[in-house]
Amino acid sequence: MLEIRWHSRAGQGAVTGAKGLADVISTTGKHVQAFAFYGSAKRGAAMTAYNRVNDKMIMNHEKYMEPDFVFVIDPALVFTSDVTINHKENTVYIITTHMSTEELVAAQPKLAGKKVYTVDCIKIAQETIGRPIPNTPMLGAFMKVSEMYDIEFFKESMVRILGKLPQKIIDANMVAIQRAYDEVK
Amino acid sequence: MAFDKMELRDIEVWDGNFAAAQALRQCQIDVVAAYPITPSTPIVEGYAKFLADGYVEGEFVMVESEHAAMSGCIGAAAAGGRVATATSSQGFALMVETLYQASGMRLPIVLNVVNRALAAPLNVNGDHSDMYLGRDSGWIQLDAYCPQDAYDLNFIAFRVSEDHDVRLPCMVHQDGFMTSHTAQGVKTLTDDEGYNFVGDFKPMNDMLDFEHPVTHGVQTEEDWHFEHKARQHNDLMTKVMPKIQAAFDDFEKLSGRKYNIVENYDMDDADVAVVCMGTSVETAREVATEMRAKGIKAGVVGIRVIRPFPFMQIAEALKGVKAVATLDRSAPGGTVGMLFNEIAGCLYNLDTRPMLSGKIYGLGGRDLTKKHLVDLYTELQANVDAGKITTPLQQFIGVRGPKLSFL
Repeated sequence: MLEIRWHSRAGQGAVTGAKGLADVISTTGKHVQAFAFYGSAKRGAAMTAYNRVNDKMIMNHEKYMEPDFVFVIDPALVFTSDVTINHKENTVYIITTHMSTEELVAAQPKLAGKKVYTVDCIKIAQETIGRPIPNTPMLGAFMKVSEMYDIEFFKESMVRILGKLPQKIIDANMVAIQRAYDEVK
Repeated sequence: MAFDKMELRDIEVWDGNFAAAQALRQCQIDVVAAYPITPSTPIVEGYAKFLADGYVEGEFVMVESEHAAMSGCIGAAAAGGRVATATSSQGFALMVETLYQASGMRLPIVLNVVNRALAAPLNVNGDHSDMYLGRDSGWIQLDAYCPQDAYDLNFIAFRVSEDHDVRLPCMVHQDGFMTSHTAQGVKTLTDDEGYNFVGDFKPMNDMLDFEHPVTHGVQTEEDWHFEHKARQHNDLMTKVMPKIQAAFDDFEKLSGRKYNIVENYDMDDADVAVVCMGTSVETAREVATEMRAKGIKAGVVGIRVIRPFPFMQIAEALKGVKAVATLDRSAPGGTVGMLFNEIAGCLYNLDTRPMLSGKIYGLGGRDLTKKHLVDLYTELQANVDAGKITTPLQQFIGVRGPKLSFL
């Protein structure tokens, strides 16, 4: 079982990102689950979304999770939420920030000694898609860190999933995914 | 008017709401009268979009309340059409009066209930309070444990509900958010397979058949009321289960997916068992398997058909078990949980009479973790080892503050 927790703000596309990732993975024959914690969520409120991936049918519906990967797609959440909650010894963090990994760990000591990767998904999204929607770049970074799929296969799959959007937006998302793949450290 | 067919992949990644909306499209509903409410909104929203995009030939009626939504469905069903809607929680509560009208008038309406807590305090998350509120309303109630079930059971619901020997409305329940907003792989039927399974709508006593005038919604006082209600109850008790079983059998032939009136998991030699509904059934199955690896013979009884209640099937499933716990996801308001009462009734006349305790859990969407279930099976095994129930009969799982227990 592979488990992922997303830290996001409502409106940044974590749910769409989690469902998109589940869709891509499902086409390779694996079983998937994507869900989120909803409250009376307002745009901008901190929220979490989740992915489970397994070779067998996923029966577990508990919301509790000790994630293998933590994605943080808003830079402030590292400081205002506990992104390390329920972590495992080998949990891997991919965090959106303008800082280097060293600077980030120095600023948030809870991340010290953990496997932390950084990438500026907000900046990438602004410069490519034209809006601060950091979900698809985060998935590009995840492909690099996890080596889950070849990036070209992943981008082709995402073209299908984004299918209903205007071609210009789809193209921009592909550039964003590739940039995050190249830039994550 | 012609409509377009949709090409689906063999496995789509859908949440429970979208799975139900797709089933409504494939069944080609004539009329949906709806007043959307969280978390069921995307079901009727999905149908409305399919209609607007030309994938359904039907009518979407926007109304001013859930009471009006079900009233609209009743009118359309009496007129003679295939009718469905969806609701949750407060909306379901407002519908209650009309639910009894629908069943009493013997109208085949399918209601997708995305289970959610009832206020106060206001809460949009999943528990079974609304489902329990409908259990005496004379509807058939089917329960989904995951998005796949939510999709499949809609086809079953139309098939059974519209059968001329049944003619009773049917609810398809799914857990708010835990199923409705959780995306998982859903194996699909083609549009033709789905539609052909339910078949063309066959009207009965329809108001729009002017050659054969009929009266709907009549008044009967003590002269006939009891006979109507008794006959309705008789049909629920005797005619519905065989039709559900036949629909399950045919659905298995079509899809390869097997549903059962009572879903027994590892029950053949179980010493300890939990009885539950919704997503909890699947989580409990996973934990039961893990308990067996630790030497505890654990099983799960999932209730698929809530009404009519499968009294004899449950007694059969539990007769060899030593300790049973019922899991009720609804505040019982001054008594034991509904399942505790129902299961006690099933077990009372058995020679073996297993030990029975009841748990209240998961209100307002509170997480039921695997750890909770491990502790529960461990407690049941302790009862078996002690030869008696070692705890109060009613306990709460997962609530903060002082441990609550009663009886």
